[in-house]
Formats: sequence, C-alpha cells, structure tokens
Amino acid sequence: MLRLGLVLTCLATPLAAQERVVVVGGGLAEIVYALGQEHRLVGRDTTASFPPEVEALPDVGYMRALSPEGLLALDPDLILASEGSGPAETVQIMQAASVPFVQITEDPSLDAVLERVRTVAAQLDAEPEAAALIARLEAEFASLRAAAEAVTTPKRVMFVLSAQGGRINAAGRDTGASAMIELAGGVNAFADFAGYRLLSDEAITAAAPEVILMMDRGGDHAISDAEILAHPALGLTPAAETGAVIRMNGIYLLGFGPRTAEAGQDLHSALYAEPHKGG
Amino acid sequence: MVALPWGRGTERDATGDRSERARLTILALVVFVMLAAVASLGTGAAGVSLGDVLAKWITGEALSLRERVVLFDIRLPRLLTGMLVGASLAVSGAVMQGLFRNPLADPGIVGVGAGAGLGAVLAIVLGAFLPPAVLAFTGMHLVPLAAFFGGWATTLILYRVSTRAGRTSVATMLLAGIALGALSGALTGILVYIADDQQLRDLTFWGLGSLAGASWAKLAAAAPIMMLALLAAPMLARALNGLALGEGAAAHLGIAVQRMKNLAILTVAAATGAAVAVSGGIGFIGIVVPHLLRLVMGPDHRFLLPAAALLGAGLLLLADIISRLIIAPAELPIGIVTAVLGGPVFLWILLRRRGIVDM
Repeated sequence: MLRLGLVLTCLATPLAAQERVVVVGGGLAEIVYALGQEHRLVGRDTTASFPPEVEALPDVGYMRALSPEGLLALDPDLILASEGSGPAETVQIMQAASVPFVQITEDPSLDAVLERVRTVAAQLDAEPEAAALIARLEAEFASLRAAAEAVTTPKRVMFVLSAQGGRINAAGRDTGASAMIELAGGVNAFADFAGYRLLSDEAITAAAPEVILMMDRGGDHAISDAEILAHPALGLTPAAETGAVIRMNGIYLLGFGPRTAEAGQDLHSALYAEPHKGG
Repeated sequence: MVALPWGRGTERDATGDRSERARLTILALVVFVMLAAVASLGTGAAGVSLGDVLAKWITGEALSLRERVVLFDIRLPRLLTGMLVGASLAVSGAVMQGLFRNPLADPGIVGVGAGAGLGAVLAIVLGAFLPPAVLAFTGMHLVPLAAFFGGWATTLILYRVSTRAGRTSVATMLLAGIALGALSGALTGILVYIADDQQLRDLTFWGLGSLAGASWAKLAAAAPIMMLALLAAPMLARALNGLALGEGAAAHLGIAVQRMKNLAILTVAAATGAAVAVSGGIGFIGIVVPHLLRLVMGPDHRFLLPAAALLGAGLLLLADIISRLIIAPAELPIGIVTAVLGGPVFLWILLRRRGIVDM
C-alpha cells in the first residue's frame, strides 16, 4: 500500500496541477470558479469582477498593462490570460522567470466558450469538473439556439455602450454585444460597421431599432428612459415609442463565460417576452 | 556671470557669485541620485530586498531564478531607463528655457511631444496594416520606434519653417510649434476616432507614461541617443548664458549663435525623442526641475545643466518607486505620479516667486 502510494506520488508530482494561479480576464475568472478551482487563484486583473468573491484577490492591474514585478510578487506558477493580455515585455519576462503565461482565445462565440473551458480545465487538471460543465453548457447552448431559431421575425436591436453628452456610442458587427444579440435571436441594427462607433442622429433614425439594449451600471453611463425619450434621435426610434429598453449587467451580458447561455436566454425572453419567461 | 530675473532675491554673497552654492547643490544631488538608485533597486512588489541579495552574495549562495529575474531583467533596466529618461527630460527643459528665454518652454515646444505622440498613435492604430516583413523586423518595438521618428520629423519640419537664410527665429519656432501641435492633435483625433476599444485603452496608457516596459533591448536602442545628447548639453552652457542677454549681445560676446541653436535643437530632439519613445508621455519633469534648481542655485547653465540631469534622474526614480508600490501588485502609470507631484510644486514656485513669469 505504502509502496503504491509512493509510486503514485512520484507520478503525480510532474503532473501536479498548478497551485498558484493568476487569472487575467473576467470571462476566464468565471470559468475557474465554475470549475470549482478558485482555491488555486492568487491574483486577478481589473476586468475580473464576477463572482464577487474574486474581487477579494489582489488586483494586478488592467490586462493590457500588467506589471512584471507585480505578477512575480504573487509568486505564480501559472498565468491564465485572455488573448491580447500584455504588454509583450511582461510576457517575455514571465518566460525568463519560467512562469507559464497561457494566452486563451477571446472570441465572442459559444464555441469559444467551450474551448476556453477546455483549455482552463487542461491547465488546472480539472477535466472531470470540465466534462460536467461542458455537458451543462452544451445543453444550455442547444436550447438557446433552438429558441433563437424559433424566432420568425427577428427584432432590430441597438446596443448603446454610452450616451455621454447626448452622443450615442453603439455596437457594430464583430463585437461581443452584436454576437449576443444574434444568439438571443435578434438582429444588430448597426451591422454596417465593425466595432463601437459614435453615431450621428441621422444614422440612428435611419437604422430604426425596435429595441434598445444597454448595460445597467452606475455613474454617468446610466441613461434613464426619460433621457432616451428626450434624445433627438433615440426618441424617434420605434424602440422609444414602444418603450422597448432592456438593461442588463455588463459582464453578465458580454463576459462570454459560463453564464453566457443564461444571459442569452434572459435577453431572448426580454426581446420576445412570451415564449420564455426566464431570469 | 550673468544675472537673470530668475535669480532675483535669492541669497548670494556681495559679488553675486553663487557658484560655491551650486557646487554644493550638485554634490548633494549626486548623493540623492545614488540613494534613489539603491532604493529603486531594492524596492518593488516582489519583495526582493538588497539585504537578502547581498547576504547571499557574501555567503556565495546562488540567487533563485525569481530573484535574478526581478533584479536583472526588471529592476536594473528599469533603474537605468528611469535615470536616463529623467535626466533627458530635465536637461531638455533647461536647454529649451534658456534657448527660448521663456520660462514656459519645455521639450514639447520643439514639437517632439506632439510628433512623438502622433507617431505612437499611428503605430498603435494602423500598425497592423504594415507589411508582415516590417512587423517581424520591428516586433514589439514598433510603437517606440514610431514615436521616435514622429518626434524627429516634427522637429525637422519646425526647424525648416523657422529658419530663413541660415538664421533660426526662435519666436517663429514657438508659434509654428503651436500650429504643428494643433495639426498633429487633429491627426491624432482622426486616428482615435477610428481606433477600437482595445487600441483606445492602449493609447490612454501610452499617454500616461510608464517605465514598466523597460527592457535591455529598448535600453540598448535608446540609451546611446540619450547619453550622446546628455554629453553634448554641457557644451551649450556658456552659449546659453550669453544668450540670456539677447541674441545680439550674445553674438557680440563671440558666441556662434546659429551653431549653438542648431546644437541645442538637435540635442533636445534626440534626448526627448528617445525618452518619450521608451517611456511614453511623462510630464512636468522638464518644466519643474529647472525652475526648482534656479531657485536654489541661480541661472548659470554651467551648473544648471548637470544639476538638472541629476535632479531629473533622481525625481523620476522616486516617482517610479511610488508608481510601482502604491497599488501593488498593479502599477500606477508614472505620468500620473509626476503630474500629481509636479503640479503643486510648480504652483508653489509661482506663488513664492511671481517674478519668474516676468522674465
């Protein structure tokens, strides 16, 4: 028995999962928690804020401006980072210090969510937990896809990122917001440009969105219904006439982590009220 | 020894000679920079202290990989970069103020700041459209390179605009600098408009400055330029002193005014271009350091220039220590630290001595 135990230990040592992990990227942090591996975390970046417990971990700064010494101060044996984390100098120094710096795809798609779960699980040696999580996510994704396909007349949705000084910043194609709108069975009203853009009043009127989608967050980003109605362009849209304004938590809606299907269902229900009354 | 309005009211002996005081100040500054360097090498989020390292060195014990990386790959290049950048910015400020005989002059005035900023923004936003061969060659140094060339190009244009028949008009250069600054601001604005979210965050962080990206590779590229400029600066000292009397008087004193202007502009463009390229936008060092020193030791450039190099180096090291400790393990961009410390100091100087703006 004892001998067997020793052999197992010897085998396990080189394969042992990393026990001091820094996670860089909000979606990745959610996955680590969903896999039940949060006890391994020793740090996170500014974009990681869900679940709320993650905020108790030391913050290593914004994901694209990581300080090499700050990372090493946490004595990590693994850094799980969203694609585009950096700067490159910091990544090089991590290599010099032989700390693995694993960059993981950031695509806003359901397939990428599964890929992220698999990569994180492989790095943390948590395949059994991952199998269960992936099975659950695939089921959720299937029902979300079914719900979206059942939509006969998709609504034209406009995602408003901010409205500072009455200037509307909205999501075009190739954005997380656009992907979520499509997953929920809607159509992005502004698919003719990529990324986020400040819109002219005329462009908003021409696009005639039926639903306005926003993040509910504090400060000067929060826009009240009264402000939307009073806005020269937004106030004239079909969305404003029917009062179709949806507010959702930003990381929940755009995180593309384990809660993505749930967020998609919530958005779907909010868009098409009757068939799904979830969230 | 020329007396400038800057020095009005500062203590001096009966002859007005403050060179003794200046020498003492420089000596004190040498000690200050040495202390700051030791502190910079010994402090940081990773908690690797010089004491431990020395103990290991004496007992012959090998340093751990982490200690070696923190000391030799992070802190040492950062220390040297910080010293050179601080010295370059402060000396450039002192030279510009002397050359333009204007207390508000700083390296930004020869267009280096705006031009370097435009170069950096171009690289961040449009860098991905460059041919792959160019990208492979520049690698992650594309932004610093673009900043350096942006600064140089603007300085060159300004110099051409303000030089007629072999004579550079300092006033034209000042005004043209404002026009060129507005133009590069507009171009930057267009690029900001087409930038995506991530590029916008990169731009913001670049503008706030940081020494966190310091590396041996960057240092090897930028250090020779900054060192050359710093070594050239003292050659300007006598000419700058003469220039304080006016261009005509300086020429009568036997100073080759045009040659001296060329050298000054070249020095500042090189020093600031390289400094901005490796560290982004770090404000206030160029304007606060020379003024602070003139209060203490008077306006004689023979002492002012080396003292500015020392104080600039020391102050930037201190600001860097603050930037890496205050929100560890994250890091506050150093431009925020220098502005928060520099702003009040500058106001204090103004309140104490309104005379400096009457010059």
